[in-house]
Amino acid sequence: MSTTESEPIFLLLEGFVQELRTAGLPVSLSENIDAAEAVRHIPLEDRNAFKYSLAATMVKNQAHWKTFETLFEVYFSLRGDEYNLNDDNDGDRDGDDSDDSDEDQDGDQDGDGEGQGRGGGRGLTQEELAELLFQALLRGDDTLMRAIARQAVKRYAGMEPGRPVGGTYYLYRTLRNLDLDSVLERLMDQTRQDVAPEQLTPFEERLERDEFEARIDKLRKEIEAEIRRRLVADRGAEAMAKTLRKPLPEDVDFMHASREEMVMLRKAIYPLTRKLAARLARKRRHRRKGPLDFRSTVRHSLSYGGVPADPRFKHPRPAKPEIFVIADISGSVAAFARFTLHLVYAISSQFSRVRSFVFIDGLDEVTSYFEGIDDITEAIHRVNTEADVVWVDGHSDYGHALEVFWERYGREVGPKTTVLILGDARNNYHASQAWICKEIQHKARKLFWLNPEPKAYWNTGDSIVGDYGTYCDGTFEVRNLRQLEKFVDNLV
Amino acid sequence: MTHRFDSVDAVRDGLREVNYLADDSIAGVAFLADRLAKPVLVEGPAGTGKTQLAKSVAEMSGARLIRLQCYEGLDEAKALYEWNYKKQLLRIQVERGEQDVSWAEVKDDIFSDEFLLPRPLLEAITAPDPVVLLIDEIDRVELETEALLLEILSDYQVSIPELGTIEAKQIPMVFLTSNNTRELSEALKRRCLFLHIDYPSMEREKEIVLTKVPDINDKLADQVARIVRSIRQLELKKAPSVSETLDWARTLVILGIENITEKDALDTVHILLKYRSDIEKAIKEFSSNSAAHFEAKPA
Repeated sequence: MSTTESEPIFLLLEGFVQELRTAGLPVSLSENIDAAEAVRHIPLEDRNAFKYSLAATMVKNQAHWKTFETLFEVYFSLRGDEYNLNDDNDGDRDGDDSDDSDEDQDGDQDGDGEGQGRGGGRGLTQEELAELLFQALLRGDDTLMRAIARQAVKRYAGMEPGRPVGGTYYLYRTLRNLDLDSVLERLMDQTRQDVAPEQLTPFEERLERDEFEARIDKLRKEIEAEIRRRLVADRGAEAMAKTLRKPLPEDVDFMHASREEMVMLRKAIYPLTRKLAARLARKRRHRRKGPLDFRSTVRHSLSYGGVPADPRFKHPRPAKPEIFVIADISGSVAAFARFTLHLVYAISSQFSRVRSFVFIDGLDEVTSYFEGIDDITEAIHRVNTEADVVWVDGHSDYGHALEVFWERYGREVGPKTTVLILGDARNNYHASQAWICKEIQHKARKLFWLNPEPKAYWNTGDSIVGDYGTYCDGTFEVRNLRQLEKFVDNLV
Repeated sequence: MTHRFDSVDAVRDGLREVNYLADDSIAGVAFLADRLAKPVLVEGPAGTGKTQLAKSVAEMSGARLIRLQCYEGLDEAKALYEWNYKKQLLRIQVERGEQDVSWAEVKDDIFSDEFLLPRPLLEAITAPDPVVLLIDEIDRVELETEALLLEILSDYQVSIPELGTIEAKQIPMVFLTSNNTRELSEALKRRCLFLHIDYPSMEREKEIVLTKVPDINDKLADQVARIVRSIRQLELKKAPSVSETLDWARTLVILGIENITEKDALDTVHILLKYRSDIEKAIKEFSSNSAAHFEAKPA
């Protein structure tokens, strides 16, 4: 077969697919075969087309794209010749680069500066580099920007072979030295001067700023890519892929999500709620018929001479539960509460009523924030800023919060109500007041406890989820979107 | 087997000629679809040119476009084929007069090609001329109905119990589009190449505006693309789609606006954004004195 003629690429692909699977992407055997087939048609040199072709055969969920792309860069980054890292070639390449930039903007000083910078590696002073960066960003010159990214990494990241440090560390070092925030301000100043004596309207200023931010973002990506290339060259693709292994959005742990992952989660939750809502609506509509309607069947049997040939069924009337959400919004579990509230309100049409309460050591009802508002994010923002949830010291006190709930709203819990309590049950050694849970369970239809902590940590330290759990109809570990979606799906 | 396209670049240039600006991923996947003879599942936000891609590929390769619009309740009689029972009845009536025709003969006769009404899917694979099959908004059919498509997507054939298996005379290019309102089945995804079309980059969007909106000048197109990019960065319920961008650009041209000021943008923002909360948010973000505009605009 054709495998023999281009063996290395197939080996490489095999490793790559392995790594994709390890990262959690479901690549089936037939997809793997498609990918191998695709590789034969698309030249490796056309890197973009190659990347998209592989993605088209193996990545069938947009949420997995980012994971794929990162791994692709790791596995195939050294293969294109423009990414050669050898210092000899480096010189040549950069020669080309500066030629390009010369053509682009007849900037003599740029070309010279770069040439020297490359040859010696240290020929450029820090100020010169900063100035070049400024110019490149101002003009949006991609070639120059790429060159600067390489230079900056070489100079500032302080990468040494074999050093067991992650890419983020190098990225941080490089970015700190470039000080992009003040570069942005300088760029804005420059723009303001350019239009003087006229003034930029806030609207124009905003647009300019977005433009520069986009360019800076591009630069940051170049730098990341450069660091990754160097790390791969140092450690090899497999080892590098291992350090980069990141959970897919639906598997990101709420409690330990980084800021970047939070953004990713926020983006992921919207399509998820939409899908869930569509699925639930469909389920409701397509549910089997209700129980036999005896009266109607007999009535219709008359036209068949008394033979019940046409059985009639009642319309199904699935009960819509009423939901009470009681959420801990103290620091450690705030994100979890936010996502759960978001999800519950997004499918609120599936419930007859949703009421929500938030607490830290005091408790406040926040239902009104969500009423008549079609932007849930906005409402959740208000929950976090306006709700009155601190009673004494702003440390979680489940006991007191439950007491307040019971006192004020307890009588409104009825046999149709499903109560969800969200929190890690880390009570800071206050009294648990678990009897309230017992009372709630007694009055309500169901009482569920959702805990964002891994099960192994339950009931360790000041976590008393077990005390409450005794009186709940179920306690669930809900650490990521996948588990949350599953729970809500079953709830309806 | 002959291929439709020579290279990825050929696809890109071909599409450009019919005024569809493809980026690397679109051109790459279209090329690959031809080479591997596989359907393409196109996914992405509404109004980013998913359906247009199929149309443009058809136009560029001079093929006929056969379109199957999906909706809830679509069944095989509407998607695959149907027996023309009126004609069958007529045939039986005619046979009745003649004595020596056996039942078996009549049966064979009325279940033949002549009495088959091809629906889009069958039509696409039996067509003698080159065709592009577009299965639009596949996510609207029920999960069970998806299975109807599996045979045709993987083997390009349709099995009709009375007639046997009909195989494709030539392999059509197939595009399926999905707005992702539900998860498609694994079986379907596995059979397709996956293409996600997202909002275009600013540069590409500007080019799209330039190609699609007559009489627009470079500067205005640039401004339009920039403003739309900025708006898309906000957290909105529904970000402006490419078609909305184009509508906006056309409006600006008609209004004779050469340089978009803050006021112009605010006055016409309802073309880009369709939700009240989104419009309010955008106004708040971009206007200098938001309070005044809030009062002034009865939304």
